[in-house]
Amino acid sequence: MPDLLDMILTTGFWVATLRMATPLIFGTLGELVCERSGVLNLGIEGIMTVGSMAGWMWVYQGGSLWGGVLFAAFVGALFGLLHSLLTVYLGLSQHVTGLGITMLASALCYFVFRMLLPNVTTPPKIVPFEPFALPLLSKIPVIGDTIFVQSPLTWLALLLVIFISYTLFATPLGLAVRMVGENPLAAEAQGINVHLLRTGAVVFGSALMAVGGTYLTLSAFDAFYIGMVNGRGWICVALVVFASWKPGKALLGTILFATFDALQMRVQQQARTAIPYQFYLMAPYVMSILALIIMSRRAAYPKALLIPFRRGER
Amino acid sequence: MHLEPRTNRYMPLVIAAPILAILVAMALCSILIIWSGSSVFEAYALLFKGALGSKFAISETLTRTTPLILTGLAAAVAFRAKLWNIGGEGQFYIGACAATLIGTGTLDWPPYLLVPALFIAGALAGGLLLLVPTFLKTQLKVDEVVTTLLLNFIVLLFVNYLVFGPWKDPMAMGWPQAEPIIDAGLLGKLIPRTRLHAGLLIALLSGVGAWALTKFSVWGYEIRAVGANQKGAEFSGIPVNRAVIRTALISGGLAGMAGVSELCGLKGYLTLDLSPGFGYTGIVVAMLAGLNPLGVILSAFFVAVVYNGADSMSRALSVSNYIADVITATALLTVLVSMLLTRYRIRWR
Repeated sequence: MPDLLDMILTTGFWVATLRMATPLIFGTLGELVCERSGVLNLGIEGIMTVGSMAGWMWVYQGGSLWGGVLFAAFVGALFGLLHSLLTVYLGLSQHVTGLGITMLASALCYFVFRMLLPNVTTPPKIVPFEPFALPLLSKIPVIGDTIFVQSPLTWLALLLVIFISYTLFATPLGLAVRMVGENPLAAEAQGINVHLLRTGAVVFGSALMAVGGTYLTLSAFDAFYIGMVNGRGWICVALVVFASWKPGKALLGTILFATFDALQMRVQQQARTAIPYQFYLMAPYVMSILALIIMSRRAAYPKALLIPFRRGER
Repeated sequence: MHLEPRTNRYMPLVIAAPILAILVAMALCSILIIWSGSSVFEAYALLFKGALGSKFAISETLTRTTPLILTGLAAAVAFRAKLWNIGGEGQFYIGACAATLIGTGTLDWPPYLLVPALFIAGALAGGLLLLVPTFLKTQLKVDEVVTTLLLNFIVLLFVNYLVFGPWKDPMAMGWPQAEPIIDAGLLGKLIPRTRLHAGLLIALLSGVGAWALTKFSVWGYEIRAVGANQKGAEFSGIPVNRAVIRTALISGGLAGMAGVSELCGLKGYLTLDLSPGFGYTGIVVAMLAGLNPLGVILSAFFVAVVYNGADSMSRALSVSNYIADVITATALLTVLVSMLLTRYRIRWR
């Protein structure tokens, strides 16, 4: 196994890992915020898809890269708003509504893409984000110029982990969000507007998911393809359970996940013929299922997850 | 704003609600048609003409209805028991795989034996595939939504491996497809010179069968109880896990049969484009029908009209055929709201 060790010890490997982890960090954080407030958001797959297209289209039409990120977040937030209108205010089934949001978001996204660019055969390209070197740290010899030179969106994702962790566990707002996810009746007795807070959490979380999607088109690749999110949203839903609804663990989970994913790609390149490549491609999905199984015993779901809150009903 | 339960449900409203909801969905989608520069009236006229305007168009629409009835039933029976089977797509393909395994010459049986054998094999494969996430749900409390969804990706990659690897038909000029089903395993045509095949009859029978089972059998009673209130069902002595596992076998089996029907009735060989998302569309079909197995037949027909009509409409107008996905997804959401409004009224203060 010395080959394997060599592989892991190269800096290129860790660069690839962080690159694969970034969209998952955004998506997992977004889903985590939604679920902490008591709302499962299965719209994630569609919202990531629509985010990847919206951000890319903004830049393709001549907008700036950061404008694209903001626009993607805005569009994601709109779908989050729709999800919360249906599940929070009307109390519809979060499972079915979420799937409906995914279907609607992806369908609208593909429709708009086809209408705006009707005659393209090869997807047009944009100029994606340049890697951003952290000052000082990137001057460290050997590892500095690779590990500390990343897409600005990767740095944003890492900052968000700290921000969300702090907000959830050290501010009154975070306490209120967790409270409406655990015991909305008690929260209401404290004068908290349960519906408004849940809506806020879902809208914010959905914006994050969309930014995760747009990372794919503005940083990891430079074009939009139909079906490019490819189940990443569902993997994020599994990672939230794996992370026990904690942002720090979510970061750990996504990095661990991306490490295995990067590893299987390297192994695939080296041992080309031994195992058919389709089995390597299955790895992320199999790993997500395994992660769910491993954590299932200890999974402490937010107590009010999936339960709509209707005033006057208990 | 809050919701107030209705004390009495007005029956005509309950029946009209889904139809109104579908009209609202189509009205909403006309915004997109206007945006794309076409006339709304012309677009919808072309859509319905394309799906129902001729004998051939109707036969094509019924051909598309067939798998949607089966995947719609798969979702409907599972959702009734609150088993969130989103894995219809994977079960569809694994069913087609099982039929390919025994239908390409392994079994040299006459048609009246081989065709049932293929359907049984497909149903078994689909049911067993769904058993995995169901066991994880009942034994380890692993959420089945995510596991069934992820299994779809795994199964599709597995089929990809089969048709590019060991099952690749050497006579197919390099196309990634498995060897064809032998003639004895193919379903007959219902109308000559169309693509409409006997799978439709199997789908209709399954619909009636599923309705009878949910209405009159012990299992049907049990899943209604489990779906309404799992804790209550448990307390009153209903074997909840057994009922859920039976549901999984039936639901996965129906989706697997959809795969066999498409394989033996339409395509003749296993490929990666055997299903354009029938498993996922089945969820919409089931929800539009309010999870009623007989309603599934109607809503599958409606969804097939939208998809086939949109295909032909997009050839005439500058409207992308993705409009069909938008219409059905919007209809799913509006129908959900409409069904809520038959049970609650909205109070604005």
